[in-house]
Amino acid sequence: MDRKIRILVAKPGLDGHDRGAKVVARALRDAGFEVIYTGIRQTPDMIAEAALQEDVDVVGLSILSGAHMALVPKVREALTTAGLEDVPLLLGGIVPDEDIPVLHQMGVRGVFGPGTPTGVIVDFIHNELREPL
Amino acid sequence: MSLFAADPLDQIRRERARWEEETRRQRPERQQAFITTSSTPVRRLYTPLDVADLDYGRDLGLPGEYPYTRGVHHTMYRGKLWTMRMFAGFGSAEETNQRYKYLLAEGNMGLSVAFDMPTLYGYDSDAPEALGEFGKCGVAISSLADMEILFDGIPMGEVSTSMTINSPAAILWAMYIAAAEKQGYPRGQLRGTIQNDILKEYIAQKEFLFPPAPSMRLVADTIEFGSQELPQWNTISISGYHIREAGSTAVQELAFTLADGFAYVEAALERGLAIDDFAPRLSFFFNAHNDLFEEIAKFRAARRIWAKAMREHYGAQDPRSWLLRTHAQTAGVSLTAQQPDNNIVRVAIQALAAVLGGTQSLHTNSMDEALALPSEKAVTIALRTQQILAHESGVANTIDPLAGSYYVEQLTEQMEAEANAYFRRIAAFGGVLPAIEAGFFQREIAEAAYRYQMEIDTGARTIVGVNDFVAAEPIAIPILQMDPAGYDRQIARLQRLRAGRDNVAVQKALAALADCARGPDNLMPPILDAVKAYATLGEITDVFRHVFGIYHEPVHF
Repeated sequence: MDRKIRILVAKPGLDGHDRGAKVVARALRDAGFEVIYTGIRQTPDMIAEAALQEDVDVVGLSILSGAHMALVPKVREALTTAGLEDVPLLLGGIVPDEDIPVLHQMGVRGVFGPGTPTGVIVDFIHNELREPL
Repeated sequence: MSLFAADPLDQIRRERARWEEETRRQRPERQQAFITTSSTPVRRLYTPLDVADLDYGRDLGLPGEYPYTRGVHHTMYRGKLWTMRMFAGFGSAEETNQRYKYLLAEGNMGLSVAFDMPTLYGYDSDAPEALGEFGKCGVAISSLADMEILFDGIPMGEVSTSMTINSPAAILWAMYIAAAEKQGYPRGQLRGTIQNDILKEYIAQKEFLFPPAPSMRLVADTIEFGSQELPQWNTISISGYHIREAGSTAVQELAFTLADGFAYVEAALERGLAIDDFAPRLSFFFNAHNDLFEEIAKFRAARRIWAKAMREHYGAQDPRSWLLRTHAQTAGVSLTAQQPDNNIVRVAIQALAAVLGGTQSLHTNSMDEALALPSEKAVTIALRTQQILAHESGVANTIDPLAGSYYVEQLTEQMEAEANAYFRRIAAFGGVLPAIEAGFFQREIAEAAYRYQMEIDTGARTIVGVNDFVAAEPIAIPILQMDPAGYDRQIARLQRLRAGRDNVAVQKALAALADCARGPDNLMPPILDAVKAYATLGEITDVFRHVFGIYHEPVHF
């Protein structure tokens, strides 16, 4: 139980708007998680590779360009190929309401839109990783 | 001569000390400290004491005269209103062409092109890197053929067009020039702006492609070409907008933007251009955020700093070289997904700040932009907001009406001093490029962005509808739906283009471009040749990717 929870914060696609990703990455680090931030313009394979190498417990994606419906399934697929199908996938960014149920079906556990307090994300991750006894 | 004589100041000093003492003792305030949007402390009261060293002639002057604190034109909005320039673009060239025609019909005065992500990164719509991004954040333009459709039925020699494009700016500009010439307009007649500000891409927006040195060469090439061939074109829009959106404070936006401006001036001087040959075509682009007075002071300070530097430091003689002419856009980042109708009010306050700050043109954001690309209705409300400010509010009736406000003048002075302190820190790194490579700007901005978010999370800062006055029910508004056939139409057009053009001519033009890129000559003529041969954006950018290489940034958070 000594090991810190490890989180990969990644930005797939071309979108360079990294304010949110960096604020969330830092808030998660300040909340006691071990955070690895990939930087921008990551392909799904690069993200899966980083998740594997860094042995992370959670992967968080940040997409503000509206390309989430195309990119999320690719990332999910790359994670599965890498044997990481059980790693919870979270998404932050500009996501229309109607996309959220579809994203859940694609395997996204949590979607966090603009205005989400960082504490909500912290609590969500703690709940996600609480092992049922 | 000081604005206020010495004797009355002594009396004010005594009276104010007495008043402060009584107020502190007897009248508690509703919070411990009051801060601006940029977390700068604000005093209880501003009096002549706060601007005691203000010298009217030296620091303010008259509108249209040095140091331009009160505005760049003699008549300002009494002579001509600011240009209402709505930034727009989505989907395919056909859809955006329709939106432009709608906006022009509704009283929009200048066009402003938003390109989609692949275009901003120099990829054709069918490149693998473009997956899922077609038309999402703007219009997709992969070749001259798309540009011709984008401006179909719009007289390119008569409208002024701003294009938000940076790494591949030279290529999209060449497409615009070629399309206008096909419409029959000589290039010398064209009016508009390319953003072309690569430094702020490394600092904030992150849409860089090539390493800094060849990127700066492309900028210098466009400045040089414009000064010779398109005298009415603004070849760069030195932008603080994205620095602010990335989380900077107002002072950081001011200081980093002007520092970038000085770097471009120095790059053009190194090229051997004479300052007065290019400086009049440098333009700026600032954010208009929520804090009304802080924003107004920022615009005023920017004009004063720029004028002083251009005249005193760079030795410009032509008064037009001293002018900081600017576009402004309301703060997208301030818009909330919660209770989106409230954004109409935020945009109105921000637009008011830009107008009271003396902007030359303005884009007002639409209420739905924290959710999606703007719907036609939301855009219309945003444009009407500007029209109400212009025609009903009375703020355009007199020039720089807040001059002489103790608070606004003190803030203007303070922001100028704080910007000067930043210039010294940047100089200590050896200039803007070494400071970028050291991650200085990126860290300063990330720090400010984090502090702002923590102020919201802890409740130290109230955002209506987000951390206070929260609505029980989510409020739904209609969202723009794009034409699903747009993507297929674009891909089909690209394939037809590649099959139907003279591919020998294309290869010859691309080879000539590569040769030029390896040498010292201006790249604009061979880019124009390649564009006119219908080489695609991706093909031309690939030449540069190959010759110049790709930039990878250091990551900080």
